[in-house]
Amino acid sequence: MSFLELADIRKTFGAAAVVKDFSLPVERGEFVTFLGPSGCGKTTVLRMIAGFETPSAGAIRIAGADVTHLRANRRAVGMVFQAYALFPNMTVERNIGFGLKVAGRPAAEISRRVTEMLELIKLPQLGRRYPHQLSGGQQQRVSLARALAPNPQILLLDEPLSALDARIRVALREEIRSLQRRLGVTTIFVTHDQEEALSVSDRIVVMNEGAIEQVGTPSDIYSRPKTRFVASFVGTLNMFEGRVVDPARGAIRLGETTIFAAAPIENAKAGDARTIALRPEALRCGPGGGGNVLSAVVEDMSFLGSVVRIKALFGEQPFHIDTFNAGGVAPPRPGATVEIGFAREDVIVLDRP
Amino acid sequence: MTRGRLGAWAAVALGAVYFLAPLVATFEFSLRMRRGQYSFDAYETVFASGAFRESFLYSTVLALATIVVVAALVVPTAYFVRLRLPRLAGIVEFITLLPLVIPAIVLVFGYIRLYGSSSALPLTGSSLGADALLMFGYVGLGLPYMYRAVDTALQAIDARTLTEAAESQGAGSLRILVEVILPNIRSGVLSGAFLTFAIVIGEFTFASLLDRPAFGPYLQRIGASRAYEPAALAIVAFALTWASLGLIHLVGGASPGAKR
Repeated sequence: MSFLELADIRKTFGAAAVVKDFSLPVERGEFVTFLGPSGCGKTTVLRMIAGFETPSAGAIRIAGADVTHLRANRRAVGMVFQAYALFPNMTVERNIGFGLKVAGRPAAEISRRVTEMLELIKLPQLGRRYPHQLSGGQQQRVSLARALAPNPQILLLDEPLSALDARIRVALREEIRSLQRRLGVTTIFVTHDQEEALSVSDRIVVMNEGAIEQVGTPSDIYSRPKTRFVASFVGTLNMFEGRVVDPARGAIRLGETTIFAAAPIENAKAGDARTIALRPEALRCGPGGGGNVLSAVVEDMSFLGSVVRIKALFGEQPFHIDTFNAGGVAPPRPGATVEIGFAREDVIVLDRP
Repeated sequence: MTRGRLGAWAAVALGAVYFLAPLVATFEFSLRMRRGQYSFDAYETVFASGAFRESFLYSTVLALATIVVVAALVVPTAYFVRLRLPRLAGIVEFITLLPLVIPAIVLVFGYIRLYGSSSALPLTGSSLGADALLMFGYVGLGLPYMYRAVDTALQAIDARTLTEAAESQGAGSLRILVEVILPNIRSGVLSGAFLTFAIVIGEFTFASLLDRPAFGPYLQRIGASRAYEPAALAIVAFALTWASLGLIHLVGGASPGAKR
């Protein structure tokens, strides 16, 4: 049995269903990320796990116990908020020790644990400060320490990095991941930032309009998106509309060109419409190895440091090619007709439109 | 100096004269008790009077009791309305505004009718009962000020997120209110408290019609029978009000963890 089980969760506010038939098993020690745009229901699911919202239908089980209707303060679930939510009237030490004090732990134990947590978040010298005397990054680390101090069954992170600037965000997400690995605490992380999700998660749950679009490892989600939504939300993708020619051979016709996928196309017959997705970095200028070739006209290009992004047209369809900025190799000129090569393995055939 | 800035200074100066001239004149008059020279005789007479001390003490005790009751009533109400019953916010706000809309004379006649000696709960029948009735009347008068001050403070600290953070740490409602919310809205509660104090200390209508020995009726009595003492008392009352407002600023910024 999974450590955390969300079974057919549904949440409605009035007539609007914000979460629909959400089912997900999470293993002990796993780091699962809910990824999706604003309003997709990811935070609502998190809040239901925390106990701040009650599901309209379905059940939530933690370690086999049904907690669907258990009050938030009885769930032993630690939570880190986007706005830090540190208690302004308490010092860092008292913030971190709050949960242990509530649990009635002896003063010596609280003090020991607070010191341990301050070491863990690398802020041992700031215990006597008040939250407003700390930077945003420091406040969020204290908030993390506060959530972890009482040894929660599950750690919930509600967009904890959104309010921080870019550099701190990258450093803190790596810190969160390494802490989580070290402590082995089951973690649910909510974000709308695909880079964050891809870099820290064991599994990603991509959500859209209250429902799960796809669950998979970061590599699965990035390389094998199942729906157009996942393909367009995670990373940059070029989409082409095509028709299946020979499903067994993976052959699809794009305009006048036939390309091949590495595997047979499931649940399709000749003549069916399918969307083909190609990552910009999987495309090369020139036929190259791999088998597939498209003829395109270069429209524009931009230098992004180590990468050159070429904008091209395949018929009427614009698309992008990302190539490394290799010294000595001149990029094609705008207006030039070039052959674009890509491997069969890079052809993503989306199941659903 | 530009023309615009000159205009602004003129407006400020005009406003200052409008407020300060009567105050200065009253103060000047209060010093004239001794013929031919300035003195604090009027103040000495006032402070030496037993009636002043007794009525002031009575009103102070009543104001403190009012503050305790109104805070105990408003803080949990405003907190739970903001947190769990936001739809009731409009209704509660309307109710708290009523004492500003209904004249004090109407309210006090209502009280006398409801709690008079021939009613089911004859509070006016005993001295203690009448004191309690006066205090509860003042609680009504303090409601709009206390509710607004507390609600604004709750809004400023994002009470919902702090409550959820404390809940996820295992805390129950009472502990959250006492240990997390109250210390962080202290400046709001104190603002409400000082405003309530300033209102109660000089209140006349309730105290007079309920026949209580409060500071307001004392001021009125002196005003009707003496010349210089009322001016001295007006200055004292003004100083008390300003001291209250000054304290709001002072303690508002002095809570632990508050940004300075």
